[in-house]
Amino acid sequence: MERLPRSIAATPAEGEQAALGAARREAEATAAARTYFAVTVADTGEAFRCGEHETLLAGMERLGKCGIPVGCRGGGCGVCKVRIESGAFCARAMSREHVSAEEEGAGIVLACRVKPLSDIRLAVLGKMKKKVCA
Amino acid sequence: MATTGVMRPGHIQLRVLDIDESVEFYKNMLGLVETGRDAQGRVYFKAWDERDHNSVILRQADRAGMDLMGFKVKDRATLEQFDKDLQAYGVATERIPAGELLETGERVRFTTPTGHVMELYADKTDVGNGQPYTNPDPWIPAAEHGIAPHRFDHCLLYGPNIEENLKLFTEVLGFHLVERILMEDGEALLATFISCSHKAHDLAFVCHPEPGRLHHLSFLLGSWEQVLRAADIMSMNKVSIDIGPTRHGVTRGTTIYAFDPSGNRFETFCGGYETYPDHQPLTWTFDEVGTGIFYHDRKLNDRFLGVVT
Ligand code: FES
Ligand SMILES: [Fe+2]
Repeated sequence: MERLPRSIAATPAEGEQAALGAARREAEATAAARTYFAVTVADTGEAFRCGEHETLLAGMERLGKCGIPVGCRGGGCGVCKVRIESGAFCARAMSREHVSAEEEGAGIVLACRVKPLSDIRLAVLGKMKKKVCA
Repeated sequence: MATTGVMRPGHIQLRVLDIDESVEFYKNMLGLVETGRDAQGRVYFKAWDERDHNSVILRQADRAGMDLMGFKVKDRATLEQFDKDLQAYGVATERIPAGELLETGERVRFTTPTGHVMELYADKTDVGNGQPYTNPDPWIPAAEHGIAPHRFDHCLLYGPNIEENLKLFTEVLGFHLVERILMEDGEALLATFISCSHKAHDLAFVCHPEPGRLHHLSFLLGSWEQVLRAADIMSMNKVSIDIGPTRHGVTRGTTIYAFDPSGNRFETFCGGYETYPDHQPLTWTFDEVGTGIFYHDRKLNDRFLGVVT
């Protein structure tokens, strides 16, 4: 294979600053138009407001609330496993190591991969396993 | 110490849940250089300052974690010798043909007592670090793209049988024990930090009931300033940060732990000290494990022992 070129990184495009400013204004407008839902953690009765744009776990954390254990926030570790008792949501791919297809069908999900589409009531399943060898 | 035998961690193959999102993350947030894609859809990267073709390989899968980790050995004769030594020690080995990983020679694969798939190889194409081998400059634009670590440096892996594992790495593969953390009983090992070079660690293990787990893969930065810059870039990109910037007591590195978009933990760190095989290992007692891991917090966060992929 040939040696990589001396310059690998892309040089920033002209006018990138202006584009960033426009992107920021657009993001602010989008944020103002967002819909929020109420998420209730059945175990503790704790409730928090969660936007349609953010995951249940991110919404909880951003408001400094707790109830659902927080791990990787990427659908890989399984500690934020919950059962959705009521409400509509959309879910991204999550590790099959922690949520089987059957479980997913029964509303068992990872809270870091799920965004609300309505008010949500959930029960916490994930335990923070603090396992070391005996 | 002459670096011979096993020289260094060379590659890691990671499982990711969404390949496009992960490629974007590793290329533009972390700032690795993409060097290839293969027929299976795996995407290959190297850090800008690495010379060999690839060090991080991403594979889309239905679960996160590490498929395997590879170590580069000095030459083919060394590779053959290690294969014999492993078998003589009672470890089954398997040959993976050259080219199964892009630009990589034949690999000798085995599974550690902790349940991790490891490979040894002698050949990987030298593509250079973007500089000529005559009259090079100290760095290139890629050194400022994203976090832009110098190299893939080490892994911390979780699994059972870490005493047995330590014996395999020290007695057969030529690693030496640099630091260790003891269990409550003051005897059994909670963690081992081992080196095949001058580095404070090339590999580390924590005792854990589930085999084959990844705690983190780590990337080397050049300064504490760059660790802070990495944290800024993570927050600008809303990356899931676990802890830091802080310092490890163990190995003295300054560090950030964070997670990739599939929940695989990675570290961007700087520093540590140099070791030699005649140095006696440093020992941390169970009651100081918090200080050993996070020197400023002086306690473990729940995620250190509980969150792995
Ligand atoms: S926090 Fe790791 S899977 Fe949700
Ligand atoms: Fe590390």
